[in-house]
Amino acid sequence: MSNIHLDHISVSPLLPEVQEAMIEVIRDFRGNPSSQNVAGELAAEKLEKARDSVAGLINCDPREVVFVSGGTESINMAVKGVARANVEKGKHIVTSNIEHNAVNRSVKRLMHLGWKATSVAVNEKGRVDPDEVAKAIREDTILVSIMHSNNEVGTLQPVEEIAEIAKKRRVFFHTDAVDSVGVVPVDVQKLGADLISFASNPFGGPTGVGGLFIRRGTRIFPLLDGGIQENNRRAGTENLIGIVGMSVAATLAQENMAARVVQYRSLRDLLLRELPNSIDEYFVNGHPEHVLPNLVSISIRYIEGESVVLMLDDEKIAVSTRSACATGSLRTSHVLQSIGREYADAQGTLIISLGIQTRQEDIHRFLSALRGVVQTLRDISPLYKKANRGS
Amino acid sequence: MIYSKTVMDHFRNPRNVGVIENAAGVGEVGNPICGDMMTIYLDIQDDRIADIKFQTFGCGSAIAVSSMLTELAKGKTIEEAKKITNKDVAEALEGLPKNKLHCSNLGADALQMAIKDYEDRKAGKVRPELKRKESHDELHRVGDKCYCPYCDSEVSEGEKTCSACLSDLTEEH
Repeated sequence: MSNIHLDHISVSPLLPEVQEAMIEVIRDFRGNPSSQNVAGELAAEKLEKARDSVAGLINCDPREVVFVSGGTESINMAVKGVARANVEKGKHIVTSNIEHNAVNRSVKRLMHLGWKATSVAVNEKGRVDPDEVAKAIREDTILVSIMHSNNEVGTLQPVEEIAEIAKKRRVFFHTDAVDSVGVVPVDVQKLGADLISFASNPFGGPTGVGGLFIRRGTRIFPLLDGGIQENNRRAGTENLIGIVGMSVAATLAQENMAARVVQYRSLRDLLLRELPNSIDEYFVNGHPEHVLPNLVSISIRYIEGESVVLMLDDEKIAVSTRSACATGSLRTSHVLQSIGREYADAQGTLIISLGIQTRQEDIHRFLSALRGVVQTLRDISPLYKKANRGS
Repeated sequence: MIYSKTVMDHFRNPRNVGVIENAAGVGEVGNPICGDMMTIYLDIQDDRIADIKFQTFGCGSAIAVSSMLTELAKGKTIEEAKKITNKDVAEALEGLPKNKLHCSNLGADALQMAIKDYEDRKAGKVRPELKRKESHDELHRVGDKCYCPYCDSEVSEGEKTCSACLSDLTEEH
């Protein structure tokens, strides 16, 4: 029985072309891009070619791309870097209540040092109202950070509208687009954001690599101080192997995006259409229309997520959950709470995320396995018995 | 999540799942907010646990703990069963990951509540509130030290925020 991987939001296998390119760097491009010798020059050339490819994916000037170690570093750099560089202007930040913890904890860290923050609530589909964002902006606001797509429920935000509002009010706008870039079209010229965080793995590149788009004119302090790499914006010898991997994945993503989105949508539709034949009593989270095409979040009533994941793992099917036990946090996901999911129902949430190689048979096998797993766990659960007795 | 073979066995093949109609004692602990809820049913004959069944809403640990607990308690006298601790359950399972130890607390507590329910009924007392709200203190104490339940860093007694991961430690579940 082969493995079915439906957890691409956690990790996604590298495309063969990406692997080839990375091996080539390991074998043939061993210089340090900062060195003053031939090997160094060749490495530097490779680095800048990679930058061009990545810039092409998001339609920006290559000089506006800074390579970092992933989505988390990108977000930390954006939030902390802009906050610290603009203290004379103010110390207030606006976010939404479904941001990734990279945003939330960066903001919390700043709050310990004197910054203030306002969190704008999303509706039950996970979408923020741009007017509410406008209301939250004050005289001393220096940054708005609202994610492009949410990694738990998949909802896409009205980022273009928010960017316009931020521009009018003269505050910087950062968006966490880690699960969007390379998956759905993200064009910095259309978007209007000042800072866009992205990572390589969501579009078939290696983990441990990402980027931050910084619009020219954005005042920002580096997160990492040291050498003068990345035009003095991010110190440290570049991870050329990873960056080249990301650039090849970026080129392929650009070429194949339309076809991939069609494929994702059809698989997602299939899953949601066939789901009632597999289980009952569940909620579909997120927005029906403004949503990532490769992510489905369902909250299954009366059972807990980690036990579902373990049982599916026994059948060689990998999915993700955000139950308190699974994330080790002992509390329900703040995202699910923010969209109004009841605590108990939130614990039974599964996140099924599709990859470039996911096929219809994978969905069918998943649905078939899910039926058995859910029934077994409901037979053990006191909540299911309670509901059925009508007590 | 690295579970022992014994934990996985009890998770995949839980023993004593179900309810006992007209049980002599019923104990329910935990709540869906934390993602763990256990109900234990007892059938008592001659001061012995003749039969014991469980229902659990929870993760792999929770189900394994319930199953192992019922195995440990079945056939014991009330007095013997009162001595079963969460440590016994965790040991019988060959250990649990540190952040899952609270699941083992639930198992032993559910059993003790069921026993107390039985004794209260015998004494003619009005049945007490079955659900017990988990208090936050019990969640993160291991031995004499306190640990952040979110990142396992040591925290001082009474600390409101974990300085390592910035999680709020005061939130009531």
